[in-house]
Amino acid sequence: MRGSWRAALAAAWGRPGGRLGTLLLLGIVAAVALGPFLLPDPAAQPDILGGANLAPGAGHLFGTDQLSRDVLARVVAGGRVSLAVGGLAALLSATLGLLVGLAAGYRGGAVDAVLMRLVDAALVVPRLFLLLLLLAAWERVPLAALVVVIGATGWFATSRLVRAEVLRLKAEPFVLAAEALGAGGRRIIFRHLLPNALGPLVVAATLGVGEVILLEAGLSFLGLGIQPPTPSWGGMIYDAKDVLVTAPWGSVFPGLAIVLTVLAVHLVGDALHAALDPREAAIVAAVPAPASIPAAEPVTRLDLEAGLARMSDSREPAA
Amino acid sequence: MARWLAGRLAQGVLTFAVATVLLFCLMRATPGDPLARLAGERQIDPADVAHLRARYGLDQPLGRQFATFVTGALRGDLGVSITYGRPVTALLRERLPATLLLVGTVLLVDFTLGLWLGVRQALARGRALDATLSTLSLAGYAAPSFWIGLVLAWLVGVEWRLLPAAGMADPLLAADAPWATRALDVARHLVLPALTLVVVSLAAAMRYQRAALLEVLAQPFMQTARAKGLPARAVVWRHGWRNALFPVLTLFGLWLPLLASGSVFVEAVFAWPGLGSLAAEAVAGRDYPVIMGTSLLVTVLVVASALLVDLAYAWLDPRVRHWT
Repeated sequence: MRGSWRAALAAAWGRPGGRLGTLLLLGIVAAVALGPFLLPDPAAQPDILGGANLAPGAGHLFGTDQLSRDVLARVVAGGRVSLAVGGLAALLSATLGLLVGLAAGYRGGAVDAVLMRLVDAALVVPRLFLLLLLLAAWERVPLAALVVVIGATGWFATSRLVRAEVLRLKAEPFVLAAEALGAGGRRIIFRHLLPNALGPLVVAATLGVGEVILLEAGLSFLGLGIQPPTPSWGGMIYDAKDVLVTAPWGSVFPGLAIVLTVLAVHLVGDALHAALDPREAAIVAAVPAPASIPAAEPVTRLDLEAGLARMSDSREPAA
Repeated sequence: MARWLAGRLAQGVLTFAVATVLLFCLMRATPGDPLARLAGERQIDPADVAHLRARYGLDQPLGRQFATFVTGALRGDLGVSITYGRPVTALLRERLPATLLLVGTVLLVDFTLGLWLGVRQALARGRALDATLSTLSLAGYAAPSFWIGLVLAWLVGVEWRLLPAAGMADPLLAADAPWATRALDVARHLVLPALTLVVVSLAAAMRYQRAALLEVLAQPFMQTARAKGLPARAVVWRHGWRNALFPVLTLFGLWLPLLASGSVFVEAVFAWPGLGSLAAEAVAGRDYPVIMGTSLLVTVLVVASALLVDLAYAWLDPRVRHWT
């Protein structure tokens, strides 16, 4: 298992997109980690009267905002928050999706039917609208609640992905052999199914980080996300939109930070997907094309992220 | 066929029913009382609060509240907007056409330009063109729609003064202007919001088309077509692309959630008078009935489009017909 992971990572690194994405992501993480030691205090308002909305220059590489705060320092500080929220929420989603997918796929029967009907229903409501309903109640959304709520709305497609993988693995000879040898359910799930279902999960979780960063930015833009004075990329764009014409740097730089980060995450996710999924190599191999979308389990019920992730997948067996 | 259709329809209705229960529970599960949030800092006489609670049915048990909500919704009554003081259904009906125009335009561009670019990518697989298009479109997909919208509004609308950056029509335009003038005016207002949504959604169309065509290109019949000496154009478009179009069709169903979410931000940025900006306003005003109403309408549209896609798929491709 460890060997195959190393091989997969090497294969991902070997792709130009994977390499670019990894380097970008490492750069962003390094900037976010080291920034606070090199940059001015992001909350400092040195000169509100004379130092507000200064154009990018020697003193302030990214300029200053309406309150004369250094935009670069705030972009870096906002990056810490965005990356942390993205990582934690995606981790929560992946865990929930894994547990539900394992339970539904392994237990089958009524458990599977009930869980998957619920997931189907949750998938037809766009995630943003679920979040709007959940978050609109709060006057000021606490950061921890934001992470939990975003994480709790992101696992539906993942659980389907894991379930499909479990269904496929359950019929494999090595699982049947383990069962015949008398292995218990827990052992089969954690020793045999889980390690082999991890590939698609890692890809989904990686892409999930990008999705959460975009969602969190959007929620902050609507006033439901991270609350000021905590800097966040979406909140910075929102705050600076009133001076967009006179001081565009206040919104342009946080936006660029989002684009670069999400792009990097996607490049890494794609490369991992290609490396972990032998089918990518087998895209050249003959697969009966339209039958790859079994109408009994239409792909239309998965959300777009999952759709992108399983672009060339046809693992879902017809139920 | 009738049986398959009935089964599929029942599945759609069940999904929607469960989604409705889910949405209702979410709305009620959130901490805090909608009325308390509405009252804010103001001191309200407890008697008035009780009166309001009774009026909005909040003093009823949860099951009763849900039953009232469902019977109301079935009659087309989704409650009254807190901000506007008007029926939610009327607001939705007013705002729907603008969103359909916007989303329809975006779909048209995505499914023409996007598919064409995807084909180009598949044909250039592994070469510089493929990688460049892929990274560029991914960068668009990675951008927050409201940010793209703001930057476009600033550059194209304000700096270069090429196109209007707010609203759906010029308020100074005479109401009795010829229809062609008015249509052109709406079209000019449509360009920037539509372009913003295209930028963030084009990548998905391209990637789907690319992957689907690559799969078809690897099929033996493609080799046959090439071997019998057909011109490359005929091989790619007539034999390849036609078969690679079916998987792309499923994308149509994945599309609506993406565009519905995107339109919330884009319509808010460009003051486009559609469902998206209605939802954004409702969030700002904590207008629960309207948030609930837009979510329900979007959900209906998603379920219906998934159903239509399944139907179209079975219609177009005899190989996946279940009723034969």
